[in-house]
Amino acid sequence: MSDIVIQVSELSKQYRLGEISTGVLVRDLNRWWQKLRGRPDPYERIRDNYVTSAKSSPTATDVVLALENVSFEVRQGEVLGIIGRNGAGKSTLLKILSRVTSPTTGNIKVRGRLASLLEVGTGFHPELTGRENIFLNGAILGMSKADILKHFDEIVDFSGCGQFIDTPVKRYSSGMYVRLAFSVAAHLKTDILIVDEVLAVGDMEFQKKCLGRMGEVAKQGRSVLVVSHNMASISSLCSRAILIQKGGIIADGKVEEVVPLYLQSGAEQSGLFKPPPEEIPGNELVQLLSVEITQDGANCPCADVDIAKDVIIRISYRCLREGLQLYTAIWLKDSMGTVVLCSGNAPDFNSLEDPWWGKAHPVGVYCTEGRIAGNFLNYGRYLVTPIVGITPSKTQILLEDKISFDVHDTGSMRKTYFGHRIGVVHPPLPWQTERAPE
Amino acid sequence: MQSNSTPSKSRQDWDLVIGSKRGWFELHLVDLWRYRDLLWMFVRRDFVAVYKQTILGPIWFFIQPLLTTLTFTIIFNGVAKLSTEGTPPFLFYLAGTTPWNYFATCLTKTSTTFKDNANLFGKVYFPRLITPLSIVVSTLIQFAIQFVALVIALGWFLLQGVDIHPNLLGIIFGTPLLILMLGGLGLGLGVIISSLTTKYRDLAFLVTFGVQLGMYATPVVYPLSVAPEKYRFWLELNPMAGIIEAFRSLYLGAGTFSWGLLAYATGFMVLTLFLGIVIFNRVEKTFMDTV
Repeated sequence: MSDIVIQVSELSKQYRLGEISTGVLVRDLNRWWQKLRGRPDPYERIRDNYVTSAKSSPTATDVVLALENVSFEVRQGEVLGIIGRNGAGKSTLLKILSRVTSPTTGNIKVRGRLASLLEVGTGFHPELTGRENIFLNGAILGMSKADILKHFDEIVDFSGCGQFIDTPVKRYSSGMYVRLAFSVAAHLKTDILIVDEVLAVGDMEFQKKCLGRMGEVAKQGRSVLVVSHNMASISSLCSRAILIQKGGIIADGKVEEVVPLYLQSGAEQSGLFKPPPEEIPGNELVQLLSVEITQDGANCPCADVDIAKDVIIRISYRCLREGLQLYTAIWLKDSMGTVVLCSGNAPDFNSLEDPWWGKAHPVGVYCTEGRIAGNFLNYGRYLVTPIVGITPSKTQILLEDKISFDVHDTGSMRKTYFGHRIGVVHPPLPWQTERAPE
Repeated sequence: MQSNSTPSKSRQDWDLVIGSKRGWFELHLVDLWRYRDLLWMFVRRDFVAVYKQTILGPIWFFIQPLLTTLTFTIIFNGVAKLSTEGTPPFLFYLAGTTPWNYFATCLTKTSTTFKDNANLFGKVYFPRLITPLSIVVSTLIQFAIQFVALVIALGWFLLQGVDIHPNLLGIIFGTPLLILMLGGLGLGLGVIISSLTTKYRDLAFLVTFGVQLGMYATPVVYPLSVAPEKYRFWLELNPMAGIIEAFRSLYLGAGTFSWGLLAYATGFMVLTLFLGIVIFNRVEKTFMDTV
């Protein structure tokens, strides 16, 4: 059994809305004095009115639980991804783990040294040279001078800024700046590393280098906690993931199981997204009325589709202003968040000619239908992001991962191989073998 | 979950426990020592950052006290005719403002620790006390420059045969101790204020104003000996009074060198510093939620 390096038990964090203190010493003293004489709080009424006007019941809404009874453990050498929508409590958890703020109740026990990277280049000073900043930043992250000296050449090599190491970083390009900053962080020799979204830095090549580096760290037997919105990096990096929603853990398990849960947590699974009238998404120009998934022969919305038949996607919208030139489009992602394709009724994507594309729409309701050919997608779950916009490419409505469907293998393409088929798509392609002259 | 993790937990102690409550006196001073390299990096940063892109660089620290001293000489000696206990006025004021400036700068700079570093503190953990400590250390550079000015002036007046009696032995042993007291007092008061300003922003205004007034409540531009008897007690309550007087008496041989006042100042400094660190330690845990 591998060792537990982090144990989080029943962690909660409470934030107060509307400060408990008035923020001015004289007022606090006055309040205290009035209380001493048994008079009502002179500032209470003001505060009450303020809160009442904003929220209905002052006492209940004064306190917000950013985290509630969160418990989990991290083992040595494990790369754990923490995922969740904005405001779910990821950052709060990270801040507590990094000791930037402390929990309201519960505790975290850590074995070994812990370093956190909530930002790259924390404490970089623009007037200092690259060399000086490496030492400063390293020291802030908890490295000793001897540590930094030992890895100095590695850090400089990794960043690729060797030529400019004695130039003040204010003259660096933003790319160089970030590369140097990440390089320092990448050479932190701690047992546990906590990383927040810093993976999304630099150009593609450098990003790859960073990802590789994170993997290496884990192979050395150190533990890594990663928070990111990028499901692709989470799933390539982590073995395990935790899904946080509304301050609590709702899933904890293998990354292949948790990432799809995250992506689908906001998706409509019945094959029909049709919000009630008061919740219709849109603006004063256009509204999205419904998105429907169906197939030929099925006369109702249907989220379970046959791999051999076309998947039909219908997007209905209402044009609210006379003469708008509207377009519709979709993004299609697989269950791990990889974008399979992007398509729409514009001629760039369209094998037909849409009579309404590029035309002025009179006020009214329209429905665009698109087809994804049968035997094109692999089996599994897919997510659709419907988009409605004004040409050229002024997106008005974009509902990310709003509706999902499952492609089922009915066996029509199964001839000889019956095992698992890898790949995001599975189109039949022309293949032929000829006997070649020897 | 508790049951299956207990055996391995009890076998080996945890290195770090992040909990909700921390005792008043859990100061984590060992942590401070582990981050000593960071202290020097901060000092270096402050030094480099101040002098890059200025025309005169460190000379500014030279000019400022000289001008102040000159102004004092004209106003307080020339116009107000305040006694300087028989010492050359220029030297008298310089010997007063040099330690006072060190204390005042430490106090004002450390008093904004939380506010100035909110961004840094919000991103990474290190013992927060490192920041005000580094300020006290880097302010020593400014002090050193002014000190050199004082020594030069002292030498010049001595060569002129003016009647002053620096106590060389006292200077060698006393100066570091006095600096420690000045720094400790400035740090202690500074961190108390910076801790309170996370909650009460208006205290920050008080500091700049208070430090200015404080100079007049301290025998910087006048000797303690000229203070009327009825105010004397109140002036001596100010721990800075004993320190400044002692400093001046070491360098100029004039003024009230009182072991009593120095002992009082030391006690005051230790108490303030201790109280400051305790409060600071208390605030650093949650201040990110209120800033």
